[in-house]
Amino acid sequence: MSFSDFLLQNLEQFWHLTGFYNATWQHFVMLAVGLFFIWLAIKKDFEPMLLVPIGFGMLIGNIPFNAEAGLEIGIYEEGSVLNILYNGVSAGWYPPLIFLGIGAMTDFTALIANPKLMLIGAAAQFGIFGAYMVALLLGFAPDQAGAIAIIGGADGPTAIFLSSKLAPNLMGAIAVSAYSYMALVPVIQPPIMRLFTTKKERLIKMKPARAVAQNEKIIFPIVGLLLTCFVVPSGIPLLGMLFFGNLLRECGVCTRLAKTASNALTDIVTILLGMTVGASTQASQFLTAQTIGIFALGFMAFIIASSSGVLFVKFFNLFLPKEKKINPLIGNAGVSAVPMSARISNNLGLEYDPSNYLLMHAMGPNVAGVIGSAVAAGVLLGFLA
Amino acid sequence: MKKIIFILLTVLSLGAAQVSAQSRKALKLNEIMVVNENNFIDDYGQRTAWIELFNSNFAPLEISSVYLTDDPNNTTKYPVPLGDVNTEIPTRQHVVFFADGMPSRGTFHVNFTLTPGQDNWIGIYDADGKTLIDSITVPASLTADQTYARIEDGKGTGTEAWEIRNGSNGKHITPSSANVIRDTNNKVAMFSEKDENGFGMTIMAMCIVFSALLLLSICFYIISKIGANAAKRKKAEAHGTNLNETPRDLHPEHDSGEVIAAIAMALHQHLDAHDKENTVLTFTKAKRSYSPWNSKIYTLRENPRR
Repeated sequence: MSFSDFLLQNLEQFWHLTGFYNATWQHFVMLAVGLFFIWLAIKKDFEPMLLVPIGFGMLIGNIPFNAEAGLEIGIYEEGSVLNILYNGVSAGWYPPLIFLGIGAMTDFTALIANPKLMLIGAAAQFGIFGAYMVALLLGFAPDQAGAIAIIGGADGPTAIFLSSKLAPNLMGAIAVSAYSYMALVPVIQPPIMRLFTTKKERLIKMKPARAVAQNEKIIFPIVGLLLTCFVVPSGIPLLGMLFFGNLLRECGVCTRLAKTASNALTDIVTILLGMTVGASTQASQFLTAQTIGIFALGFMAFIIASSSGVLFVKFFNLFLPKEKKINPLIGNAGVSAVPMSARISNNLGLEYDPSNYLLMHAMGPNVAGVIGSAVAAGVLLGFLA
Repeated sequence: MKKIIFILLTVLSLGAAQVSAQSRKALKLNEIMVVNENNFIDDYGQRTAWIELFNSNFAPLEISSVYLTDDPNNTTKYPVPLGDVNTEIPTRQHVVFFADGMPSRGTFHVNFTLTPGQDNWIGIYDADGKTLIDSITVPASLTADQTYARIEDGKGTGTEAWEIRNGSNGKHITPSSANVIRDTNNKVAMFSEKDENGFGMTIMAMCIVFSALLLLSICFYIISKIGANAAKRKKAEAHGTNLNETPRDLHPEHDSGEVIAAIAMALHQHLDAHDKENTVLTFTKAKRSYSPWNSKIYTLRENPRR
């Protein structure tokens, strides 16, 4: 073999390893989706904390390479760096850590002040089970249907946790779908809220919430954990961490821990979770007819969840005295996209009456939605795992 | 104080002992072969009687120092040796001991044999040699290459939980693996069959979600009532009035958050009042020109000392 042949042979081998050689149209589609997510986050300010890591993760996960070369770089290759980071998603330990942070960040005052708002958070979970029924109709197995339906809970970590247990092969699509719809809450929810409410209902002014004593705030996570987990023990990983984080926040003697849980820890896990979920959407595994079905079902679940929250408030109002009526615009907040959906309620309320601030009222069902979706996930896990 | 600590430690140690005992209880006799003619071969290439144990725990189980025996009067006949990493049975997994009477061949070869044509009693005792963890009498009717096995791994008590297996379809002989070979998730299969359209799941799950949150809601309604009463009592005490005659009752319109905030703002404006504040809320840009983090002094080497 001449020297030039030797060089040519090596260059040819190298060419076979490059992304240009291994690229397929599916890779370019996924790269475009990743870029679209990054654009949505930066230009449109749609959930940038989630969409930037997920979008960039999609770029990382969809750079074509020769999988047979044994380079140990792919996210699904045992022992690769990305695979090690992905373990938090596949084994389901990132979501409980995120819940710890959510607990440490969340102020449950509105919920404690007006406990009946918790029922709105429960009603919004109809979205999950409506989507479950449709998924069964479309031919998904019950465990896959359960994993897909949880998108209706509008809770990314819960969706990842449940799908990692029930349908690991669909987890990438489910996670991306859940986070995409969470980012699109400002686009999806307002038309539904307008459709199901009258102008008169949108103008309902709710009484300001009562002041909540610190002792009540401390009791809430303890009683909340015991009651919900005694009913649904399979929700312990998520609910346990959520209420633990909240106790750190409210007890007043663990300020450092609460700060770390709500800031540094949540940020670290969000980065890792977002990036690895994005990278898990490899074109070969992601671009299938099933994924399109999952996105369609997720969208439907979101619509049912938002509608059922609003309709439940209207139904609830039938039994409430005039001065205690609830503005149905806070019904959408029963999905647990915190605090985005509560902000939507507030903005829409202000649109119709500039003095009608609904944010604090909407935060009640919003955080109840977090608890409700974790309970629903626990139920699905208990029944189907 | 010392007494309390002592009591606490005692309770904790008793609890820990109980937990340990409970986890060892998860060790189950699972499948036994007495006459092995054409079946499982040990690591010496021999076919001998074997005893399969199953860890029914959802956590690994360390079995060193438990006793295996074929004689109820000699409960410490074969101690499972210490120091072998293989004596930790992984979650819901199995381990096979060969009853060849040759313990010199390794940890998993016990010092007794099983006798064909007669009942063989086998027991597992805990490390104290007294606590019986599990036992079974293998019937004399067992012929060559048949096993006496639990119908489901680790489940049930008494002979009704056991059956004779001959290797035929549905009666597989499964040394070191599950007695029931499943190709589907039973729960999922059941939901597929009985709840095709998902109504059952929806009704059950929504009832559970509603009950959990309703329970929480009722609980906090009660707690808030207690809290409100306590606050009312405090307020009444502070104002030196009766419980039924608090200032709020006299002037309910003066107690809303908005009114209080408006009064406070008005007073603040009028009196230009300041209490001990160490920060000021302002629209003016506050620029700190110096910070040790951007000081070049710290990036330079120290001046040499004279």
